[in-house]
Amino acid sequence: MSEPAVAVSDVRKRYGDLWALDGITFDIAHGECFALLGPNGAGKTTVTEILEGYRGRDAGDASVLGVDPAHADRGWKAQLGIVLQSDRDLGDLSVEEAVRHFASYYRDPRDVDEVIEAVGLSPKRTARNERLSGGQRRRLDVALGIIGRPRLLFLDEPTTGFDPEARRDFWTLIDRLKAEGTTILLTTHYLEEAEHLADRVAVVSRGRVVACDTPSRLGGRQRGHSVVSWVVDGVPASEVTDTPTHLVAELSQRFGGEVPGLTVSRPRLEDIYLQLVGDDAGPAATGDAQ
Amino acid sequence: MTMTEVRGLPSTAAIGRARVTIELKQFFRDRNSALWNFAFPVILLVIFGSVFGGQDIAPGITFAQYFVAGMIASGVLYTSFQNLAIAIPLEREDGTLKRLQGTPMPKAAYFIGKIGTVVVVYVAQVTILTAVGIVFYGVSMPSTATQWFTFVWASVLGLVSCTLLGIAFSVVPRTGRGASAIVSPIVLVLQFTSGVFFVFDQLPHWMQVFSSLFPLKWLAQAMRSVFLPESAAAMGASGTWELGMCALVLAIWCVIGLVLALVYFRWTPRGSD
Repeated sequence: MSEPAVAVSDVRKRYGDLWALDGITFDIAHGECFALLGPNGAGKTTVTEILEGYRGRDAGDASVLGVDPAHADRGWKAQLGIVLQSDRDLGDLSVEEAVRHFASYYRDPRDVDEVIEAVGLSPKRTARNERLSGGQRRRLDVALGIIGRPRLLFLDEPTTGFDPEARRDFWTLIDRLKAEGTTILLTTHYLEEAEHLADRVAVVSRGRVVACDTPSRLGGRQRGHSVVSWVVDGVPASEVTDTPTHLVAELSQRFGGEVPGLTVSRPRLEDIYLQLVGDDAGPAATGDAQ
Repeated sequence: MTMTEVRGLPSTAAIGRARVTIELKQFFRDRNSALWNFAFPVILLVIFGSVFGGQDIAPGITFAQYFVAGMIASGVLYTSFQNLAIAIPLEREDGTLKRLQGTPMPKAAYFIGKIGTVVVVYVAQVTILTAVGIVFYGVSMPSTATQWFTFVWASVLGLVSCTLLGIAFSVVPRTGRGASAIVSPIVLVLQFTSGVFFVFDQLPHWMQVFSSLFPLKWLAQAMRSVFLPESAAAMGASGTWELGMCALVLAIWCVIGLVLALVYFRWTPRGSD
């Protein structure tokens, strides 16, 4: 298993005059949860769909579970689970009928009842899918994505439109799949989600990977300037420093123990992200090439 | 496509059976559409039967008897070509096809599902239509084994060719919503020119030539040989039902449909790759 689960090297994709992917490169190890983060139109969905075998590429190498996705076959697809964006199909079927039907495509599917339970749709198992809420619909998509016991799971913006509680439940489900050793490629624009779920994050902007690291180290986050704040005589004070521990020790001495109102903050992932994607994060960067 | 590592995966036949089951469920649960499918030919039969039903188009042959044959041929076109050419663009648009493409379901299993559904719906439609014809308009069922045999082969060749043509034609409508506006007029024109609504031999010559290029004319002719007495064949220019020609033209359309379906069918909307 030395070869990565997914290897992408200098992949390019052009739509007319626009290079949607302008030389994108990353690897995903087996069992890793890897997040692609970026504004709309950055190329997240395009690269994901190339890896899923839906789209061709104009240049570069790609390997998914040891196979070039441009030469997909049934045996390869049986090892993938794909959760696409915004499907509206299967409305006339119930949750259980849909999951049971898709289970019939695989050699060793998961137990239908367990999967429905895992995605939290047991109370809705006999409901027509057209009557599900947006969040329940996404959970059905996930159920269909994992029914075949995939080695690699693609999740394209899986929690868009979820309320905070549904998002937490979803994260718990993904944590369980990770614990079972499923490799996951996640695209999201929720930084919190990437920080919670991903072992590593790649920030994509204008068709390139502008940074790729663990969430805590992304963009030199662990070395970033910290802000130490405290209160002296009822007046807030703060200082920007590269050596916060040293400063806190100094303050502790000055105050003879406890420092009133002490906080130490590192740069948030959001600060780093906004710095990395720059102008591309603005509202002008809409119109995702989906 | 390479065929590595398909060992252990369910067979195409098994998945095809699962597709037939699920497609039928979906078809019948879309109540309005299913109801319309069965009601529409019956409504036409009631209208035409009430207006012209009692008139004889030839000694001993009522218009209703003539019309039922044409409507059964039309039923082939409705259940296969029209349904698929309208339903598949919708499936392409709502994500059905994209989801299926991302699973190990073989493409052939999808087509098996469509054909299976078409056959079931056709049989149900023919049954309802002939029952109404027999009860209300004095239509008589085919009486000889030869006629039944013709009914079976004409139905099979018609369903296969029109199913394949429907799958191929599903790439023409740009949107799911616009599909019926493109497909329905084609079906209607073929019905008028193929002698479904009027007696074929009374149509202008150019119209007869035009419709001879397409499957419905030959299918309707074969169905008339099933439902009308041998004497009615004398009405045609050649004086026979030309069953050999019917079979040949329908078989050629099966081949054309297969080629077009294989070349042009696509899972995703145009411009999405």
